[in-house]
Amino acid sequence: MAERMMKERNLQSVTAKSRLGNGGAKFLTYLFLLVMAVIVLFPFYWMIISSLKTLTEYRLSKPTFFPRTVMFSNYGEAFTTARLGRLFTNTLIVGVVSTLLSLVITVLSAFAFARLEFKGKNILFAALLATMMIPGELFTITNYATVNTFGWLNTYTVLIVPFLVSVFYIYLLRQNFLQIPNELYLAAKVDGTSDLKYLWTVMIPLSLPTLISITILKMMGAWNSYIWPRLVANDAAHQMITNGLRNAFKDAAGEQTNYPVQMAAVALVSAPLFLVYIFLRKYIMKGVSRSGIKG
Amino acid sequence: MVDSKKQWKAWIYLAPAIVLLLVFTVWPIINTIRMALLDGYNGMAAIGGKTFAFGVDNFRAVVEYKGFFTCLRNTILLCVITVPISTLLALLVSAALNSIKFLQKPLQTIFFLPYVTNAIAIGMVFAAMFNMVRTVRVVQTAGIVNNVIEFFGGTAVNWINAGSTYWANMTVLIIYIVWNALPFKILILLGGMQSINKQYYDAAKVDGSSRSRILWRITVPLLSPMIAYVVITGFIAGFKEYTSIVGIFGEKMGPASDAGRLNTMVGYIYDALPSNDYGRASAAALILFGIILIVTLINLYVSKKQVHY
Repeated sequence: MAERMMKERNLQSVTAKSRLGNGGAKFLTYLFLLVMAVIVLFPFYWMIISSLKTLTEYRLSKPTFFPRTVMFSNYGEAFTTARLGRLFTNTLIVGVVSTLLSLVITVLSAFAFARLEFKGKNILFAALLATMMIPGELFTITNYATVNTFGWLNTYTVLIVPFLVSVFYIYLLRQNFLQIPNELYLAAKVDGTSDLKYLWTVMIPLSLPTLISITILKMMGAWNSYIWPRLVANDAAHQMITNGLRNAFKDAAGEQTNYPVQMAAVALVSAPLFLVYIFLRKYIMKGVSRSGIKG
Repeated sequence: MVDSKKQWKAWIYLAPAIVLLLVFTVWPIINTIRMALLDGYNGMAAIGGKTFAFGVDNFRAVVEYKGFFTCLRNTILLCVITVPISTLLALLVSAALNSIKFLQKPLQTIFFLPYVTNAIAIGMVFAAMFNMVRTVRVVQTAGIVNNVIEFFGGTAVNWINAGSTYWANMTVLIIYIVWNALPFKILILLGGMQSINKQYYDAAKVDGSSRSRILWRITVPLLSPMIAYVVITGFIAGFKEYTSIVGIFGEKMGPASDAGRLNTMVGYIYDALPSNDYGRASAAALILFGIILIVTLINLYVSKKQVHY
């Protein structure tokens, strides 16, 4: 006991000494982190500041770091120029419907893999996991041909159906379901509770955090998807938010572009993502650290 | 135990997932290989009843088609440059974050922010920052980045506009891709650092080791599985680079004076779709898959030798 206290005291004096010597190091650490933080935040700052300037002020040869006249009207103009209303609606329809259907499919599959016994279960599960290694681009070509044959081009269906099943989400939820003791399930069986009722009243509430993570990532996926919608539904009626934004301001480095309005549109598209991040950060980080994929 | 009634139930629960996977995952795997191995396979011609000979012409066509080597070079360059830079920066930021208490949480929140953005939208912000604003040939504002360069006594660079150089474009892309790749890497590496046993650090402190020595001799070796993970996922994402370029340069994939100059492998595959050149697109997708597989295997092999558990 005494020995341990000695050791601890020794350690404390050593850390105290190094703390003195490390005052400079501490300062440098904070300096480095603050510089990095400024670099990370600057594009967001610049987006917001630019979106509130007049075009003349934006073009000044000496940049201003706060708008002289705050032009909220840029946002109104952006909303109409990029038809953001239509784009928001489309994206919301696709996002909500695909998330709901995807959740149902994921819950049912994860339940089968976690709780039910059937022939070939392990082989099937391994085969599913194996498909995760293949890059999505390999599927896109055939899927493009398939939806073409189905006559699904330029519909909501084509934006929703092909990506309803995510093997990764099934895997994630199965792991979560496995942690719920099987005794609960057997007890429920004895009581005559049906599988679906058990799922709804016990398993889903117990794995709510995972389901919330999946929901957020799936919605973000719809919000940020660009390549597939551009291929299969790039018409005015079904265009998604990212495609619409890119198309509305086609010439990225153009000479005549009204940058403040463009930045206002970008800010409007980014705003929902920031709100979700502010309020549901925990779930996003948890989901991402386990998956390493966007959406 | 396993009665047949329960078996039935399991398959019913799995049915929606299996049907969708068969159509949109399993069939594409088979069909992509099939189309790649049918010489000159074209979607429209196939519907018209044309049959195609078995062969490897598509792979030859991929290599001979204009712009393939440009796409391959761009993809590889972006990968090889951005992955080490972003990994090293993420490591330094995580180590710095891990060593402080005050402001740790707010800074962590800031560093993860770029992850939760739309690649196209923020690409447009970067384009605005690097852009030269002109009114018909007269440069009015050199853009905020050039303003900063001029403030420190440099001369303005034409980063992305017509007439810009290849490496000016690449520099912008590298900065944007690194900026975009940092949050995920920091999240993983910081998580790993926080789970390292404190005793190692206490021992190092007693020995009076310097901070950089602690970082390279203790943190990095103990963190090597996570480092291997972010390097591998970084390479995979790097080989699929596409949307960052669209965000900054638009679908022209290059400055106005030289469209397509910055195209990548993924862009190459998608460009073949509207003309129904499925055979060539499939061959290109298989080549991309092959490259990713080989790079991942090399990474795994190297990390097996280097990773300390």
